[in-house]
Amino acid sequence: MERYGIPLDHFLIVSTIMFFIGIYGFIVRKNLITMLMSIELILNSVNINFVAFNSYLFPENMHGYFFALIVVAIAAAEASVAIALIINIYRRFSNIEVENIDEMKY
Amino acid sequence: MTAYKIMFYLFAAMIIVFSVLTVTSRRILRAAVFLLFVLISTAGLYFWLDYQFMAGVQLTLYAGGIVVLIIFSILLTSHIDQKFTQAHWTKKIMAAIAALSGMGLCLLVLLNHQFIPGTNPPIQNNMTEIGTQLLSTGHNGFALPFEVISILLLAAMIAAIIIAKKGK
Repeated sequence: MERYGIPLDHFLIVSTIMFFIGIYGFIVRKNLITMLMSIELILNSVNINFVAFNSYLFPENMHGYFFALIVVAIAAAEASVAIALIINIYRRFSNIEVENIDEMKY
Repeated sequence: MTAYKIMFYLFAAMIIVFSVLTVTSRRILRAAVFLLFVLISTAGLYFWLDYQFMAGVQLTLYAGGIVVLIIFSILLTSHIDQKFTQAHWTKKIMAAIAALSGMGLCLLVLLNHQFIPGTNPPIQNNMTEIGTQLLSTGHNGFALPFEVISILLLAAMIAAIIIAKKGK
């Protein structure tokens, strides 16, 4: 289960590290756009997993490939809606730090 | 050390280094550019696996579309030379503990698991095969997800316009 000397595990290690860097960023960041960027990192790491599994384990069909394509499309839809929301929030509060957006909280 | 190995480890190192820089950079526009580098390196990994169409989608949709969208919204909502304040150190340490413990658990499970590859002969991974499977309704056909994703994209587009529209 090696290709050009690289086992599947190395792909999985890279994508796991990337996923948890995204989680770390999502917890630490306070700006809405940087949190969105962390979510993009997470989605992207999952895509690497899908494509690597498809290529290494099931080369006879293309399910992982199409799943990764659909995840990319969903990421695009999610980013566009999120940015529309962020622009709307900016109009109301004049900034996009999460700790200042608490109008509905109390 | 063949050229394939060197390319793989180069892309992997770029992905990890630029991911860390994306979540730690204190200037927001730099973080967006580092995210662009991460996405381009991922496209490199797809090219490495001989998935040219996936790599093209990654480059055009992610690196071309989403990053440009993010940069636009950064330019609309933030000052370019503004620096973020550092997060409180307890928050950083707690987040690092959460991420590292999750990573350790996942890696432990992944590395102990024995993956068994399929034995069937691989199919030709070319554009004809992708197009046929994406639009066929029979065995190995993906017409339904394709249609669902197009409806979802249409709905998201209309929603984005309505949400971002000013006033009535």
